[in-house]
Amino acid sequence: MSTKNNSYKTNKPKQIYFFGTCLIDLFYPEAGLSAIELIEREGVEVLFPQQQTCCGQPPFNSGYNHEAIDVAAKQIELFSKPIPIVVPSGSCAGMMKHHYPELFANHPMHSKAVKLSTRVYELTEFLVRILGISLVDKGKPIKVVMHTSCSARREMGVTEDGLSLLRQLKQVEVCEPERAAECCGFGGTFAIKQPEISAAMAEDKCKAIMQTGASQLVSGDCGCLMNLGGMMEKNKQFICNEHLADFLLKRTQTNEKSL
Amino acid sequence: MKNHFREQAVNALADTELRDNFRGAMDFLRDKRLSAFPDSDELSELRTHGHQIKAKSLSRLPELLEQLEANCIKNGIQVHWAETPEQACEIIHSVIKKHDGKLAVKGKSMVSEEIALNHYLEARGIESLESDMGEYIVQLADETPSHIIMPAIHKNKEQIAHLFEDKIEDVKYTESVDELIGTGRRILREKFFEADIGISGVNFAVAETGTLCLVENEGNGRMCTTVPPVHIAITGIEKVVEKLSDIPPLLSLLTRSATGQNISTYFNMISSPRKEGEKDGPEEVHLVLLDNGRSKMFQDETLQQTLRCIRCGACMNHCPVYSRIGGHAYGTVYPGPIGQVVMPQIEGLDKQGEMTEGCSLNGACGEVCPVEIPLPKLIRKLREQKSARPSRQGKEVFAWAIWKKIYGIPFLYKCFTYAATRFRHVSPKSISPWTDYRTAPKPAPKTLHELMLEKERLTKMQRIK
Repeated sequence: MSTKNNSYKTNKPKQIYFFGTCLIDLFYPEAGLSAIELIEREGVEVLFPQQQTCCGQPPFNSGYNHEAIDVAAKQIELFSKPIPIVVPSGSCAGMMKHHYPELFANHPMHSKAVKLSTRVYELTEFLVRILGISLVDKGKPIKVVMHTSCSARREMGVTEDGLSLLRQLKQVEVCEPERAAECCGFGGTFAIKQPEISAAMAEDKCKAIMQTGASQLVSGDCGCLMNLGGMMEKNKQFICNEHLADFLLKRTQTNEKSL
Repeated sequence: MKNHFREQAVNALADTELRDNFRGAMDFLRDKRLSAFPDSDELSELRTHGHQIKAKSLSRLPELLEQLEANCIKNGIQVHWAETPEQACEIIHSVIKKHDGKLAVKGKSMVSEEIALNHYLEARGIESLESDMGEYIVQLADETPSHIIMPAIHKNKEQIAHLFEDKIEDVKYTESVDELIGTGRRILREKFFEADIGISGVNFAVAETGTLCLVENEGNGRMCTTVPPVHIAITGIEKVVEKLSDIPPLLSLLTRSATGQNISTYFNMISSPRKEGEKDGPEEVHLVLLDNGRSKMFQDETLQQTLRCIRCGACMNHCPVYSRIGGHAYGTVYPGPIGQVVMPQIEGLDKQGEMTEGCSLNGACGEVCPVEIPLPKLIRKLREQKSARPSRQGKEVFAWAIWKKIYGIPFLYKCFTYAATRFRHVSPKSISPWTDYRTAPKPAPKTLHELMLEKERLTKMQRIK
């Protein structure tokens, strides 16, 4: 499923669309701003269509295609210019890149959905493979766990991109928790429909993260962060958790803003 | 009767011994598989090859089944067709009755579980004894397999030692695995010679040559298929492949994906009953080909992919849900991801629809499937069919209708997020079931939409200055 490196055009675009995702919009807007700042810093103009809402993944995963199509179709119309669409979430990017063509099969908008899907990039993928970003660490030494979401890992194939960004930061030690590739138990509506199984998965993941001795958890997906951060907070396991974009921006900004 | 997946899963989660047994076993099997495929490019090529072989066979399924039947008959194998589990049981029973059989020994066969053969035969006065060690343990405990390859994986050696002590005469408690296996072997060995009938499954049925292939590790499969005077093989119609040359890649994928073995200890190719002048082998060989919903799966272009399955069990070994709740919690013959795809198609969504929800769509199963079955996609597809039923849940329909309104109309969405951010301090602290295990997420003071508007305004003002 992962996309091969050689399919990338190396040209840096002048402009990109930013699809903020509904979770970031309401709960983690600072992660969205950080991601945009990281892109703008590289000299790329960021367009943020104000009419955007959600990619439609929640109903799609639940099997409610009509509802998903209704909302997804509006995003397709909105992001119509032939420029890259950058998404700060492996899960929403996976929806738009891999599932839109399937969702819109036998739909009049199918060809538009397919065209859009070719322009979708997950944030770390875009930073690494399109912008070739280089980061200079300005923070203090720290141990960090990177949790790669299942969609980022298996649908988007961008696990290495996220890790390579962290590895550029000289003072950051990246720790790998036990069973790093296993799901954290979020799965969108799965956490609501199967709360006990979801919690069992999240408990194991939190335990594995705590065992690394890291003081910071980062992830490219806010769904996983909300799940793991929420559980850690409930269990009084205080470890800072934030979106990778926030972390990267803070580590690379000048002193007064850095950690 | 509806199968209540969630309830069963909750009970399984509370059983710490069970959870330890599964966690340990699944970690072990994942590592074994990983070390059996050291070269990821080779694995990728082999999976594509396996996919193509099975897809090609399926594209010619009706034709290949006829060819298989003709070649089996030519080889002296009697072929029977069963549309339902009842028919399959009747066919097997009638063959046994014809030979006045009293004892059948069985090799491992999930299809025989699918048709509940043991119970059927026992109700008719025929002893049906499992000879695979795992199946033997499960039968002794009056349970069902919890894994399609390792039926007794839910038990640890202490539990098996207690079981043997309780159920087998003159056996003392021992935690020595060698001794436990020795006990099983001693008992089964006698039974092989007494048995009138041997029953087995089939891993691959080759149309070109009329050959039945059987993969196993203990040698019991070979005993079942050679020692008793009559051998009855049962399998699903999807196990047919075109050519003998299709077998090596499929076999390599099967054993490496299942147990991390480069090849199983035994690989049997059965092509006829005992011929004149041969010293061993059964006098009669029967093949029962079961449909049980498979031809219906065949009708749907997407769901047809279910039939590529070679029953290796890698999907369940890698499933984070199965690894925690084990096979019995699914309450079905086939558990785990492949079970979540197969069972609702065989038994219907009204009965087995709930199990499709026991999946976070994390994709681990699809990633390891040796024949590239897109299991998450198929699970989601079944959810789609579930949501289209008249008996779907009203509450969920309503929730998505509201969701569509809010997220489908930007103005409503803005109103909703404005309200959520402005009233963030009174946002609910308890939203069960989420907050049973986590704190409630708190909306930010302002949405990204608002922050971006502010940012744009600021940029414009700076430009004017």
